[in-house]
Order: sequence, then C-alpha cells, then structure tokens
Amino acid sequence: MNTVPARLDDRFRAAAAAGGLLDVAYDVVGSPVGDLFVAVSNRGLCAISYDADAERQIERLARGFGSRVLRSPRPIDPAKRQLDEYFEGKRQRFDLEVDLRLTRDFGRTVLEELGRVPFGEITTYGALAAKAGKPRAARAVGTIMNRNPIPIVLPCHRVVGANGSLVGYAGGLERKQTLLQLEGALLA
Amino acid sequence: MEPMRIPPFETFYAEQKDAVFVHLRRLLGASAEDAFQETFLRALRAYPDLRHGRHLRAWVFTIATRVVIDEARRTRPRGELPEVAVEDGLPPHAELGPLTDGLPPKERAAVVLRYGFDLPYDEIAAALGSSEDAARQATSSGVRRLRERSKRS
Repeated sequence: MNTVPARLDDRFRAAAAAGGLLDVAYDVVGSPVGDLFVAVSNRGLCAISYDADAERQIERLARGFGSRVLRSPRPIDPAKRQLDEYFEGKRQRFDLEVDLRLTRDFGRTVLEELGRVPFGEITTYGALAAKAGKPRAARAVGTIMNRNPIPIVLPCHRVVGANGSLVGYAGGLERKQTLLQLEGALLA
Repeated sequence: MEPMRIPPFETFYAEQKDAVFVHLRRLLGASAEDAFQETFLRALRAYPDLRHGRHLRAWVFTIATRVVIDEARRTRPRGELPEVAVEDGLPPHAELGPLTDGLPPKERAAVVLRYGFDLPYDEIAAALGSSEDAARQATSSGVRRLRERSKRS
C-alpha cells in the first residue's frame, strides 16, 4: 500500500482546520442546482461557485486570500447545513458571516445592499444601484452581480431587468429560474 | 524546470502526501501516521514563509526527517539512537538537522537522507524528484559546503 489511508488524510485535514492554520477551507457539496464549491476563510464564507472544478477555484482563492487553501469539510458544515435547509424550503435567511474583503468600494456597497433583498422578492439592477447610492449605475451593478463571489447566500438571483426579464446569471439562467421558483417569486 | 510559483497548499499536499507517507513508514513503521500529520502541520505553519515553489519535495522531506529526529529524541534515551553509517567524520543523524541549517533545501535533504538515514541514492533521487546523478551531486555539494563552513568556524 503506497498511498495515504483515507482515515489519516481526513485526520490531517481536520487537524489543519482545528489548528487555525488555513487561509481558506473548502469542500464541494451537492445541491438541487448542481455541485457547489463552498469556501470559508477565518472571517467567514468567502466563496460559493457553480464551477465545482476545485483546481481552478483554489488557484483563485490562493491569490486572493493566501496560499494555505485546503479541502477540509468541517469548517464548511454550518454553510452546508444552511444551504441544505434553504433548498429544502426550511430556511429563508442565511445566518452566516461573509468575507467580502476582495470586493471594494462600490462593488462592496452593492453586495451589502444585495444581502438585504429578502427571500421571495425581486428587485432590479437600477433599484439596487439606487440603493447603493448611484441610481444610474444599473449596468455596473449587472457586472457586480456577474462576479458575485457568494451567489445564493448573496441573492443575485433576485435581481432582474426593469422589464421583468431575468437578463442573466453567472450560473446560467436555468438556475436563476429554479431559485426564484423555489422561493415562490416566479411561477413554476 | 519547476515553476517558481508557490502552489495552493492543497496542490502541494496532493502531490507530496503519498511519497512522504511511504518515506515515513519506511523509517518508522506503524508510528508513521502521527509523524505524517506532524510533518504536514509543520509544512502548513512554514508555508507562508516559502519564497518560491522550487524543490518542494526536498523541502517537505527535510521537514519529515526533522519530525523523525525529534520523535527519536523524545521517545528514546540518547544512547539508544540507532547507529547509522558515519562517513568522513560526519556526525550521526540526530545532529544533522541543526548542522545542515542554512544549506540550500535540496542539498540539505540529500545530506540528511544520505548520512542521517543511510538511504541509497536511487531513493534519495525519488525523494528529491530528481535523477540519481543529481542526487549524488546535491549530496556531495552539500557536504563540500559543510566542510567549508567548518573550516571557517
């Protein structure tokens, strides 16, 4: 046997997180909208991605948060549990710290406003821009939504065009529709 | 040539864990598991101070070797340390860790593996991820450097 036993591998990954030695812990979790890459830093949830290709994600996270990025399931547990509850229709608000340190200035303000858009409601790019203090910045808000580091928890799926069209979603329009239907904001 | 860039720890760990585990099991048998965890925890602590991503295998093998030495010190009275070949008057493996401080990582690992643990060059080559010739070269240039250093001091 020339490979590390799974039990020893698990033990190391847990010890690394318990020792506070990680810049980012991540795992890939299943959901009704496909596998999600979920990552937390020492400050809170820092990434959710529909692109579950961990290799691509960890390169990006290492550049932004520090090189000590390791798959370690335990620190992800609270986020995983709340996501499960959300998808089961048992949770309408996420109670999680988020780490937005890589998003600055207007982008940060917009994401913070986005976090206040309630479950089951929709808003528009223009309305969100206005709430963030720049009523004419609807297009910029579209770009910020497209780069939202923590979709679902920061509900960019609740932001639609002024004419009611879904417009776009980094995870694909089908997922946006699914999430809005799950929340009862769109008819199934 | 290996890239200079330091990979995310996950990538480094995935690439090195099996080789480190085999190495530790060869040295320690059943107690390799604790040493394995300790090796990678130490690597995590030191990771932010790495300046480039070259010779990461040699680097982690050096850490693993230190863990083995520390473990031997902790659990066995000094006199019972296993005898290892001492060539050219080089000190036994318990002293090699501190003595080789400051050698380039690849040479340091080569010297410790050769004289501390009496590994043959083909295994050192595997540990360093290099050819057998390169392993010989790293060992002898490490020894040369140590000799020069001891002349100066």
